Amino acid sequence: MSVTPAFEAAKRAGRAALVGYLPAGFPTVDESIAAIETMIDSGCDVIEVGLPYSDPVMDGHAIQRAAAMALAGGCRTREVLRVVEAVAGKGVPILVMTYWNPIERYGVDAFARDFAAAGGAGLITPDLIPDEAAEWIAASDAHDLDRVFLVAPSSTKERIALTVNACRGFVYAQSIMGITGARDSTSSAAPGLVERTRAATDLPIGVGLGVRDGDQAAEVATFADGVIVGSAMVSCLLDAPDEKAGRKALGSLTAELAEGVARGAG
Amino acid sequence: MTEPVTGPDARGHWGQFGGRFVPEALVAALDELDAAYRKAMADETFTAEFDRMLREYANIPSPLYHAERLSREVGVRVLLKREDLNHTGAHKIRNVLGQALLTKRLGKNRIIAETGAGQHGVASATAAAYLGLDCTVYMGAEDCRRQALNVARMKMLGAEVIPVTAGSQTLKDSINEALRDWVSSVDNTHYLLGTAAGPHPFPVLVRDLVSGIGREARAQCLDMIGRLPNAVTACVGGGSNAMGIFHAFVPEESVALYGFEAGGKGLDTGKHAARLVVGNQGVLHGARSYLMQDDDGQIIESYSISAGLDYPSVGPEHAWLKESGRATYEAVTDAEAMDAFQRLCRTEGIIPALESAHALAGALRLAPVLRERHGDDAVVMVNLSGRGDKDMETAATYFGLTEDAA
Ligand SMILES: Cc1ncc(COP(=O)(O)O)c(C=O)c1O
Repeated sequence: MSVTPAFEAAKRAGRAALVGYLPAGFPTVDESIAAIETMIDSGCDVIEVGLPYSDPVMDGHAIQRAAAMALAGGCRTREVLRVVEAVAGKGVPILVMTYWNPIERYGVDAFARDFAAAGGAGLITPDLIPDEAAEWIAASDAHDLDRVFLVAPSSTKERIALTVNACRGFVYAQSIMGITGARDSTSSAAPGLVERTRAATDLPIGVGLGVRDGDQAAEVATFADGVIVGSAMVSCLLDAPDEKAGRKALGSLTAELAEGVARGAG
Repeated sequence: MTEPVTGPDARGHWGQFGGRFVPEALVAALDELDAAYRKAMADETFTAEFDRMLREYANIPSPLYHAERLSREVGVRVLLKREDLNHTGAHKIRNVLGQALLTKRLGKNRIIAETGAGQHGVASATAAAYLGLDCTVYMGAEDCRRQALNVARMKMLGAEVIPVTAGSQTLKDSINEALRDWVSSVDNTHYLLGTAAGPHPFPVLVRDLVSGIGREARAQCLDMIGRLPNAVTACVGGGSNAMGIFHAFVPEESVALYGFEAGGKGLDTGKHAARLVVGNQGVLHGARSYLMQDDDGQIIESYSISAGLDYPSVGPEHAWLKESGRATYEAVTDAEAMDAFQRLCRTEGIIPALESAHALAGALRLAPVLRERHGDDAVVMVNLSGRGDKDMETAATYFGLTEDAA
């Protein structure tokens, strides 16, 4: 199941798609499944499941901490596939956001096969650029998976063209030069980057890094096809006194963001 | 015999190794660095300025020294490339001065660096002070505690030291943190990577900046004995000092190249950094190479008594030299390295860095083999990459000398 229908449906409804991120296995495998279900029930159009990794160079404090907790709890690639399997089939496409080494270690084609069998839609690869992705491009073609690469404010015209041509599903526009983490204001570079990306592709463009509330989501939704939220969702669970309170906070944040993406485009 | 060893290609690949496994946000900076470095290396004003700095400031070329007493003991001629006599006490000064000079050419005013034991941090802080650049050093919180004196040195030189509390709080995490900083600051900041590892062009850039070690040693050896050595040995942490001395000898097929990794407490204990010997291929810190990783591709913490060799990945050119058969890699345990350390102290009055002690231990292990192959004339050249002042606390504890004094 590709993300394409989800983006198309949002577009038909005259709004941006809400893409929510949570690491698998955080705080535990079962609780991450329950939390993702909450995100789906509260209005996420696409889910990004994070594969917890020992060396997450693109991630800020909140996601690093969550990934470390997941790893300490024993969440490995097989458990990530279990999470994908548990939350797929609810009408919302499931992507996995992963650093590249664990996929190589599993075997690129073997992972693509098992992930597709679990019902996954595709991968977002923050430290894999198309230049190095020949094996993944072949495997994702063979197993009909989405391939989401990133463009950044520093990307040249040539690199944007190269990147969008390698993407399938959507293009991830990293709106700031920096790492994941909720910020007080969204990026001034984002609209320009989206414009430059749009000139190169018809694929939907999701904007991520820094969105933490409904107003920011609304702002991003005025120029992007998808609004991606990670650290703010993770923080709901990190900051809560217990699991139930965490899921409640996650549900209300998701609802607020869903309202934001609808308002923004309207 | 072996396949021809060339490289890297234009995208930084040696065979399947190297490349760029980085966030797209960094690609522009890496491209800019690659272009600037190529231009600089072809520009005589740059290379002349770099040479002048090495000569006048860093005490380079370092001598090649015939360790006579040690040679007599082991039965082959041992030549030491004395990188320990460089300013700041290691080969690393070559890399930091070169990259700091490049930073100025790039029009940037700030460098960031990662450091394990503090050696590269001190060298970077030194180069920053010398060239008037701002300097931030990321150092694992655990390493900061272990190396308080080096933290003080860096601060004395005007650098800001940021303890890294993520992950294992050691070198690999300070590289992650430096990369995070760089993604956010690339406009005015150069990441002064400390070794011949990381994304392209760092492995080739660092190798070229330190390759004077081998060029000097080659000429010095011809001067001294009228021929090349039979073997060259070096320790392999990230791989810079080893590439530095290997590079000029790679085309000389009569010269055997040996890299020694940290065998730590033994390869069967899991406490080591023998990536090329027992690790497997993967991607870390921007390049494909050999890694210490588990079955899921999670990075395993490495271990060595020598902080400079304690790194779970290794520069990609070494992976290629191993794969092509041009160089041989073996592991040296803590115990073997400490024996060699003490032996050099006692026979030559030279206290080597614990890293260099691994290269020396490897040479001592090779000595009987070389003697068998080449007879009385056998010559082994050891890259003595640094001096042992920084390691005195470790050595004193290891040999029980602190109790004696009390
Ligand atoms: C004296 C010395 N030699 C060798 C090394 C190992 O690094 P590399 O393999 O990059 O030369 C270090 C690193 O700190 C060092 O301080």
